[in-house]
Amino acid sequence: MNRDVMICGVGGQGTVLASKIIAAAAMEEGSVVHSAETIGMAQRGGSVTSHVRIGERAQSPLIPLGSADMILSFEPAEAVRNLAYLKEGGIVIVNTTPVKPVTESLCETGYDGTEMLEYLEKKCRVIAVDGDDACSQLGSAKFLNIFLLGVAAGSGALSIADETLLGEIRKRVPARFVDSNVKAFEMGQEIFNVQGETEDEAQ
Amino acid sequence: MKEYVMGNGAIALGAMAAGVKAVAGYPGTPSSEIIETISKHSHEGIYIEWSVNEKAAMEVAAAAAYSGARALVTMKQVGLNVASDPLMSLAYVGVKGGMVIVSADDPGPISSQTEQDTRRFADFCRIPVFDPSSPEEAFAMIQDAFEYSEKYSTPVLFRPTTRVCHAYASIDVPDIFSPGEYEGFVKDSKKWVIFPKLSFANHGMIEERNVRIAQDFSSYGKNSCEGAASAKAVIAGGVSYAYAKEFLQDNPGVRLVRIATPFPFPEDFVRSSLEGVSEVICLEELSPYIEESLLKMIGKGGMQLAVSGKLDGSVPHNGELSADKVADILSAFLGIEKKNRACDLEDAPALPMRPPVLCAGCPHRASFYAVKQAMKGRKTVYCGDIGCYTLGNAMPLDMVDTCLCMGAGITMAQGFYHTDREVACFAFVGDSTFFASGMTGIVNAVYNEANMTLCVLDNSTTAMTGHQPHPGTGRNMMGNVVDKVSIEKILKAVGLSKVITVDPLDLEASIAAVKECDETEGVKAIIFKSPCVAITKPQGLMKISEKCINCKKCIREIGCPALITVDGKVTVDALLCTGCGLCSQICPVDAIGGAGNE
Repeated sequence: MNRDVMICGVGGQGTVLASKIIAAAAMEEGSVVHSAETIGMAQRGGSVTSHVRIGERAQSPLIPLGSADMILSFEPAEAVRNLAYLKEGGIVIVNTTPVKPVTESLCETGYDGTEMLEYLEKKCRVIAVDGDDACSQLGSAKFLNIFLLGVAAGSGALSIADETLLGEIRKRVPARFVDSNVKAFEMGQEIFNVQGETEDEAQ
Repeated sequence: MKEYVMGNGAIALGAMAAGVKAVAGYPGTPSSEIIETISKHSHEGIYIEWSVNEKAAMEVAAAAAYSGARALVTMKQVGLNVASDPLMSLAYVGVKGGMVIVSADDPGPISSQTEQDTRRFADFCRIPVFDPSSPEEAFAMIQDAFEYSEKYSTPVLFRPTTRVCHAYASIDVPDIFSPGEYEGFVKDSKKWVIFPKLSFANHGMIEERNVRIAQDFSSYGKNSCEGAASAKAVIAGGVSYAYAKEFLQDNPGVRLVRIATPFPFPEDFVRSSLEGVSEVICLEELSPYIEESLLKMIGKGGMQLAVSGKLDGSVPHNGELSADKVADILSAFLGIEKKNRACDLEDAPALPMRPPVLCAGCPHRASFYAVKQAMKGRKTVYCGDIGCYTLGNAMPLDMVDTCLCMGAGITMAQGFYHTDREVACFAFVGDSTFFASGMTGIVNAVYNEANMTLCVLDNSTTAMTGHQPHPGTGRNMMGNVVDKVSIEKILKAVGLSKVITVDPLDLEASIAAVKECDETEGVKAIIFKSPCVAITKPQGLMKISEKCINCKKCIREIGCPALITVDGKVTVDALLCTGCGLCSQICPVDAIGGAGNE
């Protein structure tokens, strides 16, 4: 099965690990995978994207516009920035916590993400989750990526078995953080169950 | 064993599979991970170094190749400019062991000064060039490149682009690598010493040889011809080939010709692939190299073919191509109705801008700020250089007036002094850049009686490209701890009129150092020494007390990303703050403390 998954956010949020886990898990399940990431100057504080392309159809590393089955966005404005990549009927999973740009403190525009979330709701199928709240329950903002990965898995749109994803998480995070990351992943999945109704509304 | 690797990793593993013995390079996006991959794998018997610059890397590798060993050199495209002096001569002399020079191009450009094209360099040097279109292919092609290099006793260029270097794919990697056997250097001054006589003879030989290589390349498997013969055909190179393939998947019945070896141009292959074709479009990034080669070929006669591409405006000259751009170009060329699958975002709210900035706690911010404060009200010119500190140009620091190429800041500051004696001339250079190409410049400044201040922003690493070691760090790529080369001792030995080393996070001392240098005639230097925040532990967290009058001077003056406003109040972002303490030294009411700055 061919799937294009775009992961986006702001440099430093941990998007790269999330994309590596999805790619490795899809490979583990026997799929051909290609991916590409933002590297270099834009990494810190800049907009970053990871393109994960699963299946034989993908010839090039970047997802064409209007082709992504899922956008997993770590930040509201970044979801809007990359929305042109979403295919018709695709799903956006978005963290509602905004990351204010550095320029915001110099020249205030009042950006708080709300307008972005409203816009997303208007345009496509959205699952909005409060990553900040989840991370404070987990004890660190470092778990945001695995939490959001859990949400993506819970939505069913990744079409990768939870156990395969968990296997890759165990392989890729430092041993002492495995338990908390597994917890973050499960919390992501559960939120989906609790929020089932929210998603219906969004549709 | 299957490994999911970055394109640069695939290049590295391919070179190892080819039995490479010596590897040298200088970091530069998008090429840096090649050498890092080799050093992370088990690499017994392979010599690896980060050289001080690309010219040094080229020469180190050339010696290995003269000795019959296989050698790999890596750099980004602008690095090839630095290494072009040895490369031009090396092309005349030739090699014994296979020598592959990876020069990674950066269409966009995404993180480079230029959109130059390494294929042109290959043509200029008259040596073969390989142009991979994917990580998988890069793994196989670099092994072929070594074979061709040895077969024709010539250095060979290998030119991936960002989307090949930084894409990931799974590669079947051998479990064990070992460098190939080699004879060692055999003296023969007629062969290894470049003299006019040798150049004359080899120049003729090289041109004859290139005709043979072009024929050889005509049967090279990676130069491919797919799809049924059609009146309109597509010819592509590099990642553009992958984009074209993606489009033609849904729009079959069009011939797709792929050029994997742009120089020497495989004319026989192209001629037979375009048989029956009356119109062809060239898809390539950077320069119209394939297009011009095709036009040259047609000029020789015997072909009736209309060629479009960059030269007739069908394909943009600048920037990257993408699956979407290629879909638009090919739809227009083939007369297919364009499918617009992306949803319309015209009604989207204004998006926040996120320009790259110096990290929270970055010592460069403090260095720039100290110079800015010390020189307030004076006529100045601030010459920047290549590295993270180019970001010192951003507001509110605004401390980079020029940036040209590696090391240019020093010599340009000198030039500004000789043009205008009234202006206070400053050059900012990082530690790695200082070793790469700053040292000759500073000697030039002293010798030619400049009056300028050099600011070495010494953060003990090559930060921008991923923290590679350099001569000042005290460790090298063979994993050895070595004596640190002291920038201070170098500057003193050159004979500067003043050399001060200061911690940039001590604002008062830093401003005093700048003023002291400003009052001294001649070439002066301040070494602002403080490690990069990405390689050190945070020193704690700054705290804003109730004394804060919310004047926002801290935010306005230094633009640290860790200083934000929450509900209109200045707040410290605990995730970003490193406790560097610069803000506490700026606060007019002593409201910022913490991390030992009370």
